[in-house]
Amino acid sequence: MAETLEKEITKKKSEALLSKRRKKFVLDPLNDDNPITIQVLGICSALAVTTQLKPTLVMAMSVTFVMIFSSLFTSLLRNLIPTRVRIIVQLAIIASFVILVNEVLHAYAYDVYKQLSVFVGLIITNCIVMGRLEAFAMGNKPYDSVLDAFGSAMGYSWIIIAVAFFRELLGSGKLFGFEIFSAIGWSSFPTNGLMVSPVGAFIILGLIIWVQRSKSGYVEQH
Amino acid sequence: MELISLGVKSIFIENMVFAYFLGMCSYLAVSKKVSTAFGLGLAVIFVLAFTVPVNWILNEYVLTEGALAKWIPASLGDFSTVNLSFLQFIMFIATIAAMVQLVEMFIEKFSPALYGSLGIFLPLIAVNCAILGSSLFMAQRSYTIAEATVFGFSSGIGFFLAIIAIAAIREKMKYSQVPDGLKGLGITMLLTGLMGIAFMSFLGISI
Repeated sequence: MAETLEKEITKKKSEALLSKRRKKFVLDPLNDDNPITIQVLGICSALAVTTQLKPTLVMAMSVTFVMIFSSLFTSLLRNLIPTRVRIIVQLAIIASFVILVNEVLHAYAYDVYKQLSVFVGLIITNCIVMGRLEAFAMGNKPYDSVLDAFGSAMGYSWIIIAVAFFRELLGSGKLFGFEIFSAIGWSSFPTNGLMVSPVGAFIILGLIIWVQRSKSGYVEQH
Repeated sequence: MELISLGVKSIFIENMVFAYFLGMCSYLAVSKKVSTAFGLGLAVIFVLAFTVPVNWILNEYVLTEGALAKWIPASLGDFSTVNLSFLQFIMFIATIAAMVQLVEMFIEKFSPALYGSLGIFLPLIAVNCAILGSSLFMAQRSYTIAEATVFGFSSGIGFFLAIIAIAAIREKMKYSQVPDGLKGLGITMLLTGLMGIAFMSFLGISI
């Protein structure tokens, strides 16, 4: 028994950089196990920043950065962190990277920084980051944790970019600030103010969840 | 009068859930039954009413530029140019985690009955975006201490109202025929959108 286990461990060591098992970490959260639509995590920031595509893209990149690096460091430190105070340690790790992102945005992208306002800080309490650290990085090797974090971050990113695409297109007739409807000669396109308001975000996300879940066949039990 | 106006504004018009999407995670996760939603809502009011003023004090006397000079005597050195505001996030989240722990111990000691109903929710709250979000809004809008207290308390009430309402609707939803893909999260998002429209009708009210 012990021998076979040991064999398995040595086998794992020589595993390909992107083996089937590792591809699963990246690909699963994109659809079948999406952090937003299936696991219901990180909804707060998913909705607040999505009125336009540009801040959404910045938000997606920030979350990806924070997730990858906090996963890496939590995973490196996982044997040193006492279980009783792990939540505080994880929060401290996440907060350090969020501060880094915040300062970089403040220095190099001031207008986006103004638009995102408190929501950059709220990455700290984004349940996706915390959830992946707690569920995965605390018990796995650094490389696997980074892949897992990258997958979840991508799953999060594509959903918020999709929400922002529809909200900006229908709400103000633009994409990345470019007047798409007047460009194709339909300048009388009726923009929908509801889409820019918070209500539009709830409805668009609700519909995206519907489409995504009917495709992946996931049904929530009561 | 201005304080009352701020209170009404943060409960109805700038509701944490419907206007800023804060605290959505627990709003969605703990709204399956009215009784549990009630417990979580109360705990959020409690913690918000404590943490926002405490963070205000921290922000005013430790974090902002020149804040340390207000209470450290000049003989110890010149602190008037020290700006620690980049530590804001980490300080706020640490305060919140510590305050949640304190409130938990306090309730356990003085009201075991309340602890029984709130107990399990308190640790959850440390990572609730509504709590950190309120503190960050408070710092961003440079409220006074009185305003910060009112803001914290009434934001909590706003969250409480929202979560009770959605829990009541979700209890009724059990008897409805919802399409498979919309069950659970999907229909809750749509309902929240409709409730948001209702709350939008408070727009423009000021006392």
